[in-house]
Amino acid sequence: MSEKLLEIKNLKTSFRIKDDYYAAVDDVTLTLNKNEVLGIVGESGSGKSALAFSVMGLHNRAKIEGNILFKDQDIANISPAKLNKLRGDDMAMIFQDPLTALNPLMIVGDQISETLLLHKKNMSQKQRKDRVISLLDQVGIPYPEHVYNQFPHELSGGMRQRVIIAIAIANQPELLIADEPTTALDVTIQAQILDLIKDLKDDMNTGIILITHDLGVVAEMADRVAVMYAGQIVEIADVHTLFENPLHPYTRSLLNSVPNTQEGQDKLHVIQGIVPSLSKLPREGCRFAARMPWIDESVHEENPVLHEIKPGHFVRCTCHKHFYFPDESKEDSNHGVS
Amino acid sequence: MGFLEVEDLKVYFPIKGGLFNRTLGNIKAVDGVSFSIEQGKTYGLVGESGSGKTTTGRAIIGLNDITSGKVLFEGKDLTSKKSKTASVRKDIQMIFQDPYSSLNPKKRVLDIVAEPIRNFEKLSKQEEKKRVQELLEMVGLSPESILKYPHEFSGGQRQRIGVARAIALKPKLIIADEPVSALDVSVQAQVLNFMQDIQKELNLTYLFISHDLGVVKHMCDEIGIMYKGRYVEQGTKQDIFENPQHIYTKRLVAAIPDIDPRHRAEQKQFREDVQREYEQSYNDYFDSEGLAYGLQSVSDTHLVALPEKG
Ligand SMILES: Nc1ncnc2c1ncn2[C@@H]1O[C@H](COP(=O)(O)OP(=O)(O)OP(=O)(O)O)[C@@H](O)[C@H]1O
Ligand SMILES: Nc1ncnc2c1ncn2[C@@H]1O[C@H](COP(=O)(O)OP(=O)(O)OP(=O)(O)O)[C@@H](O)[C@H]1O
Ligand SMILES: [Mg+2]
Ligand SMILES: [Mg+2]
Repeated sequence: MSEKLLEIKNLKTSFRIKDDYYAAVDDVTLTLNKNEVLGIVGESGSGKSALAFSVMGLHNRAKIEGNILFKDQDIANISPAKLNKLRGDDMAMIFQDPLTALNPLMIVGDQISETLLLHKKNMSQKQRKDRVISLLDQVGIPYPEHVYNQFPHELSGGMRQRVIIAIAIANQPELLIADEPTTALDVTIQAQILDLIKDLKDDMNTGIILITHDLGVVAEMADRVAVMYAGQIVEIADVHTLFENPLHPYTRSLLNSVPNTQEGQDKLHVIQGIVPSLSKLPREGCRFAARMPWIDESVHEENPVLHEIKPGHFVRCTCHKHFYFPDESKEDSNHGVS
Repeated sequence: MGFLEVEDLKVYFPIKGGLFNRTLGNIKAVDGVSFSIEQGKTYGLVGESGSGKTTTGRAIIGLNDITSGKVLFEGKDLTSKKSKTASVRKDIQMIFQDPYSSLNPKKRVLDIVAEPIRNFEKLSKQEEKKRVQELLEMVGLSPESILKYPHEFSGGQRQRIGVARAIALKPKLIIADEPVSALDVSVQAQVLNFMQDIQKELNLTYLFISHDLGVVKHMCDEIGIMYKGRYVEQGTKQDIFENPQHIYTKRLVAAIPDIDPRHRAEQKQFREDVQREYEQSYNDYFDSEGLAYGLQSVSDTHLVALPEKG
């Protein structure tokens, strides 16, 4: 049975630019169950990290509207002290940028140990040290006893990333948000880290939000996938449906731009135009319309909403029914990865 | 004679320490690497983090001192003092990994792109501006961009600025170190397509360094796989992806995430089998120090690091 762990309702996260607030996350509604991996994909700047930071309560100057229910408790509106207690204990995050997340003046062993102290107060110092070393070993760090005593600047980028992962999984959290956890790592280490995250899910029933631009990682890890564009969810479905029958023009374009590892293709698909900056985002109509100028404008909804096409498969706007790639005919325009 | 030939290249970094900061030993970042690239082709350099890929690239372009070995570019020995001439350095350029930090944020695009030109040619302000604008047009940026600063561009556009700078002197060889790793897939596609277009247009040769095997497979004709400063395998794209021989290459290929979720169980099984094989046959593929053996040829195009027979 699927048990709800996190419920995000109409979340709107806005940043102040000059005198106005602009929403980077714009009316996002999502649920995450225990023992589930929800993948979030989307272009750079689409609001994925802003969403993650909102759930973790880590934005200090953003305006947050809507509800974030973690085990039925609204954490969008609780005291910083209570939130602090949840963080690093019941919920944890792997950060996209490892340098900013580590304390440059503290050896890494102590940083991991500190996290353990939050949760397992009755561990002896020796037990804690052993546990830290075994965590370092689990994330694939060679010579963990040696690395225990090193400062962040003495480690390579990939090693720092793994220290962050060790901190995040140290207390076996119920909710783990992993923001591009493996982007800086080579594939063999990546595979090892992904296995570790899977183990956490299987052993502890952890619910996981996995943010990544690597669609291969999503295909291998996720149970469901949400696709974000310009602050909104434009499509959400179980992983099989999303890869076999993607509907939203953005999702289809994204899948088409991956270098195919199966067979050589000549040209990769490129999405025309660029993601507009936050203050210039289109706020009315279909936000992706400008990126598909060859499609007749009349096919978009005036106020696009998510439509449930099949149980659990939601797509924003009706334009997907009329979408085709510029270099293909309109007839055979409907296929995913196969 | 090849276009670029690297022969038994070694780059060691001293480990210093102790009382008088003496040299205690060496990090053998590159430990006897040989390969050659034909003009107009793309050669991929792949391997785990810290295996010496960047150091190899930097040694070729002269940014790292070479401990021993040779780098021959169009027959000229780049390692001999005499040929460290300007004209050769002009012919080889590098694109750096990170589009966010490799461009000086305080400089305008004009100055960034013109920098290599200023080092090698004497142009008037007018000529220089015209040249930079032509280059920007080539990489698909508007001529007005010359007065902007890097932060005013998206990641993909910034990487194009880096490319414009790299092609400013019409080089023959470009060393591209993880040129798309920091970019999301749609921007990545844009940069890769573009690199292929200018390759045809200018008959460019690429040394393409990456840890993304999907990208390497898409771009490269030949591939070398590095492990702890040494080569474990080299071959054509088909040799490496369809017929990997060294256990490390097999492990690398098995670790590529599959974009089709239906293959999940299969892929997991495959990876476990390869991992088991890796553990069981480790001693057949690595010496007592955990380093790769010398390369033996298994076909005309395919070399694998195996212990010598007999
Ligand atoms: N603290 C902030 N103040 C102002 N704008 C911000 C802030 N943080 C993010 N933004 C803007 O909000 C938008 C969403 O940013 P976010 O970091 O969530 O993107 P992302 O989807 O995580 O992208 P990436 O894939 O590059 O990590 C962007 O336009 C970004 O510039
Ligand atoms: N200037 C230097 N001084 C000392 N050691 C160095 C220096 N540059 C590189 N090294 C070491 O040489 C080895 C190879 O590093 P290199 O940067 O070439 O690896 P890489 O294959 O490019 O790895 P990555 O995929 O992480 O970029 C590493 O052990 C690194 O720590
Ligand atoms: Mg982000
Ligand atoms: Mg490198």
